Amino acid sequence: MATKPSSFVAEQTHCCEFKTTLFLSLPIFLNLPINLSKHLLFPVPAFPWFGMDIGGTLVKLVYFEPKDITAEEEQEEVENLKSIRHYLTSNVAYGDTGIRDVHLELKNLTMCGRKGNLHFIRFPTQDMLGFIQMGRDKNFSSLHTTLCATGGGAYKFEDDFRTIANLELQKLDELDCLIQGLLYVDSVGFNGHPKCYFFENPSDPESENCVKRACCLDNPFPMLLVNIGSGVSVLAVYSKDNYKRVTGTSLGGGTFLGLCCLLTGCETFEEALEMAAKGDSSNVDKLVKDIYGGDYERFGLQGSAVASSFGHMMSKEKRVSISKEDLARATLVTITNNIGSIARMCAVNEKIERVVFVGNFLRINTVSTKLLAYAMDFWSKGQLKALFLEHEGYFGAVGAFLELLRTTDDL
Amino acid sequence: MAAESERVDRSSHSMDKSITLPPNEIFRNLENAKRFAIDIGGSLTKLAYYSTVQHKVAKVRSFDHTAKDTEDDPLYEISMQEEILARLHFIKFENAYIETCLDFIKDHLVNTDTKVIKATGGGAHKFKDLIEKKLKLRVDKEDEMTCLIKGCNFVLRNIPHEAFVYVKHADSEFRFQNTHPDIFPYLLINIGSGVSIIKVESEDTFERVGGSSIGGGTFWGLGALLTKTKRFDELLQLASKGQHTSVDMLVKDIYGGSYGSLGLTGDLIASSFGKSATADKEFSKEDMAKSLLHMISNDIGQLACLYARLHNLTRVYFGGFFIRGHPVTMHTITYSINFFTKGEVQALFLRHEGYLGTIGAFLKGAEEDNPNQYSWGENYAGSSGLMSTSPDLNPMQRARSGTFDMLEMDRLERQLVNLPLLQDPSSYVPDTVDLSEDALAREYWLYCFEEALDGVVKRAVASQPDLPEAAERAEKFRHKYLHKLQTLRHQPFAYGSLTVRSLLDTREHCLNEFNFPDPYSKIKQRENDMALKYFQKAVKSLEELSWEQRQFALVRGLLAGNVFDWGAKAVSDVLESDPEFGFEQAKRQLEERPWLVDAYDQWLERLKGPPHKCALFFVDNSGIDIILGVFPFVRELLCRGTEVVLASNSSPALNDVTNNELQILTERIAAMDSVIRSAVKEDRLTLVQSGSSSPCLDLSRLDKVLAGVVRERHTDLVIIEGMGRAIHTNYYAMLSCESLKMAVIKNSWLADRLGGKLFSVVFKYEVPPDKKHTTLDHVPVTPS
Repeated sequence: MATKPSSFVAEQTHCCEFKTTLFLSLPIFLNLPINLSKHLLFPVPAFPWFGMDIGGTLVKLVYFEPKDITAEEEQEEVENLKSIRHYLTSNVAYGDTGIRDVHLELKNLTMCGRKGNLHFIRFPTQDMLGFIQMGRDKNFSSLHTTLCATGGGAYKFEDDFRTIANLELQKLDELDCLIQGLLYVDSVGFNGHPKCYFFENPSDPESENCVKRACCLDNPFPMLLVNIGSGVSVLAVYSKDNYKRVTGTSLGGGTFLGLCCLLTGCETFEEALEMAAKGDSSNVDKLVKDIYGGDYERFGLQGSAVASSFGHMMSKEKRVSISKEDLARATLVTITNNIGSIARMCAVNEKIERVVFVGNFLRINTVSTKLLAYAMDFWSKGQLKALFLEHEGYFGAVGAFLELLRTTDDL
Repeated sequence: MAAESERVDRSSHSMDKSITLPPNEIFRNLENAKRFAIDIGGSLTKLAYYSTVQHKVAKVRSFDHTAKDTEDDPLYEISMQEEILARLHFIKFENAYIETCLDFIKDHLVNTDTKVIKATGGGAHKFKDLIEKKLKLRVDKEDEMTCLIKGCNFVLRNIPHEAFVYVKHADSEFRFQNTHPDIFPYLLINIGSGVSIIKVESEDTFERVGGSSIGGGTFWGLGALLTKTKRFDELLQLASKGQHTSVDMLVKDIYGGSYGSLGLTGDLIASSFGKSATADKEFSKEDMAKSLLHMISNDIGQLACLYARLHNLTRVYFGGFFIRGHPVTMHTITYSINFFTKGEVQALFLRHEGYLGTIGAFLKGAEEDNPNQYSWGENYAGSSGLMSTSPDLNPMQRARSGTFDMLEMDRLERQLVNLPLLQDPSSYVPDTVDLSEDALAREYWLYCFEEALDGVVKRAVASQPDLPEAAERAEKFRHKYLHKLQTLRHQPFAYGSLTVRSLLDTREHCLNEFNFPDPYSKIKQRENDMALKYFQKAVKSLEELSWEQRQFALVRGLLAGNVFDWGAKAVSDVLESDPEFGFEQAKRQLEERPWLVDAYDQWLERLKGPPHKCALFFVDNSGIDIILGVFPFVRELLCRGTEVVLASNSSPALNDVTNNELQILTERIAAMDSVIRSAVKEDRLTLVQSGSSSPCLDLSRLDKVLAGVVRERHTDLVIIEGMGRAIHTNYYAMLSCESLKMAVIKNSWLADRLGGKLFSVVFKYEVPPDKKHTTLDHVPVTPS
């Protein structure tokens, strides 16, 4: 089914309101005109520079922290803008649910002639209204900054932004943003390292030989881009601005977490992954050997291949004796293998050999990344290669942020 | 994977010995049974065997007329003979009954030298010892997938209307498909506990191109965990009542509406179970089951589409226990396929899907008999037909659990093929009205056949005056046919599309079942006798007419002859009450020109042109029709220099003339008439069997010999006569040569429908577009 790409829940639990403590120390922003850069002759947008991707489960925010502020600027910088900067850059958690992924920070970027660092922040979409209310309380609209937003939430919350906080969103297509963001981040590298990686010896995901290896996405086209958020979108990307959405599936990160919550009573993605890491899916899934006693040679199926996900759970005896960890693992494996299978078929149909997996489902999820690497390699007999990116879920937000700069170019 | 899920529930293992089987109705013909095969799935067992059935056939044999030809001697003698017919029996029952069934079979298996039983299915190994002990047969396991494909090929090839499209909200949910002359290549998606995707390219070439572990077992296993509901059927029930939108995250939950630029509507599922992660509220069992059903169906549909596209296939059949007779899953799979292929691929389902494994296993064991060299036909009398397991569709569902489902296939004596003159065999539909889609027509015809039943029973008894138990058998026939009609009233899709043809054929099958092979034999004999006496006179009076008068008289004669039809109620009433109703009277009954459908002028114009090379004539009734209507017409064609092939039924149906009878009649006419005599001698007049024993005509299932003759002789004219063959069927059939379709409408309801009245005439003369110039450009020649 259709899919909403891009976001994935990370830390969610209670139906709590957005805590205004998130940006508690943010001062009232004051009006700030578009500043003519000292370094360049064309206008750049007013600070603060944000890009936002409002997904089904998670809001992703990138924030550019200028590091080349001159003394003159420092003086001109209104007090509250300064405190935004300090607040965002000196904390790693905001309120109960906002988190800055410090390890992803991109340092010493030059954007629109300005040097600075790019910060990556996320919080649950269910706290979105709280965020907007905070924007109103803090009179965010007085900053006259353009708020570039993508993801479904840019549409869903547009009215709320306008009526509650008097803010106009610049809505951007999420797939455009995803690709632009990905290509940009790839082009700048990861603080001097390549930001792309793959697995060596993927055919043996359990062994120590299966290790992460950095690589470059030189000459990235064509690529099959699989974005695993709440749902999954599969894109065939032929150039910077030539791509198509090949298909999507509703069996994505949201399904993993949703089912895990129902089956195990867990509450967060981290918790679900932690359980999955300890579980054994072969207690839940029916394998080929469970049916045929060994390999199904007639069709070259290994005995260890999964014949029926959750197939053992048809039996009452096995249902009552199963552990939560096993269930969590089986859910993770089922969803991951299915995505791998669809991705592989799309790659073959589109005649693309490089498959790039992104999205927050892959965050801290080595079980899935290794499994995807294995699935691509095994079923294609080594023809397909799975690639991953460190900034998994943030490309949409980066794309929106880039659009902010571009938009101002056009002024 | 192919394996059906194995239910480990103790309950399904306990043998229910208390059931009493109505033996003769289920395991029929066990006395001569051989070649057993069994397919044991998770909950159902399917047993197959081959047997021979002795049944009566009516034979006609010519008397020696050379010695003396007295007025009172009948033309030929009729005898009842025993004939051996090969029949395949397939029986499906719940695993709980397996022991009882095996006991029953053992007790009734007498004349067999069979040593082996072919077995397939996930449960085969579990019951291996039991089968070997009970039946004293060695269990020989066959590969499941191979059996499945063999079975699939067999049903697709031999059962018209095997495949259907499921349309939930239509008047008829089951849209049956034409049998494509070439069944390959196709994709079979078998949804058992997992999913196997198999590409089939020929009888022996197939490949498992892919699969998925998310299948019926996932629905069942995960569903049981989420809802604490044990049974698969109950899970489906829950799902059919639920609302997935409370559990799934939809596009509109993320976007607030649709995602316009990608054309994704707001109601699409963005993330299955996406809402169950973001709220700690309770979800109802129904809603979770529904969400799960959507998730799995959509996923399978998506994979099926990806594989169909990769292999460039458009025929995609679905089977396996997840699908088997469940409208809920057929609907969700259909929906998914439509969504992902934007309607380019249709999800196809099979009427006998549950039998594929056992059919295949049986065929594996019967390879030495070359079953694939023959054509087979579904015996409607002995087959249960497709039952819906949906309680909404079938209120009898509860009662059905624990019953036995049967399929019987008769080996046909002749191999059946397409008429080579069909313009497009793949789009040819024999039947004019699909009664499953036309509720009014269905009501009428079911009523009509019920009304006519008394008469049929009466004639059946009358046809066997020497057999005292005939009356009892006739009552059994009545009971059986009435039951079939009732079934069809509730489930018009039971045997494929319901048509007048299928109702007639079912009646013939039921008559044969109770050894009434030819209730009209004596009537036909009498009428043939009578009509022959007028033949010479009729020919003489025709010869006295001018050419143009004669052409018209021939057509009228043909039409008048066709009024004599015991199949039509209006006529059989008149005939029964007034046996003197004669040929001349019939002519007077005919509608005056212009007829309801009147292409006579074009036909006459055509006759002024060059003669046809060869005419294929599908004849209808015995007696006046064939002798005074058809033969004079044929005689004229022969005189014009056109060769004629007369195609008649292989076995009896109503008062239709059979090939057997026609041979005798032709001999007799040849003895009287030099034109016919020399034509027979010079092979310009040929008799062939149609391969059919129906009062209607399916041009896609005709005797292979007929097809050969048609090709060899460069047939350029097809004549189809009678209501059954030219109106109930083939009225819209498009042929690649000229054709004449002629009939008198002897049913007031049908006449009404077609805008005419009783005894209205249909005279359809058609020329295919690409042949038109030859008839338009001809230089008229004045006939002698």
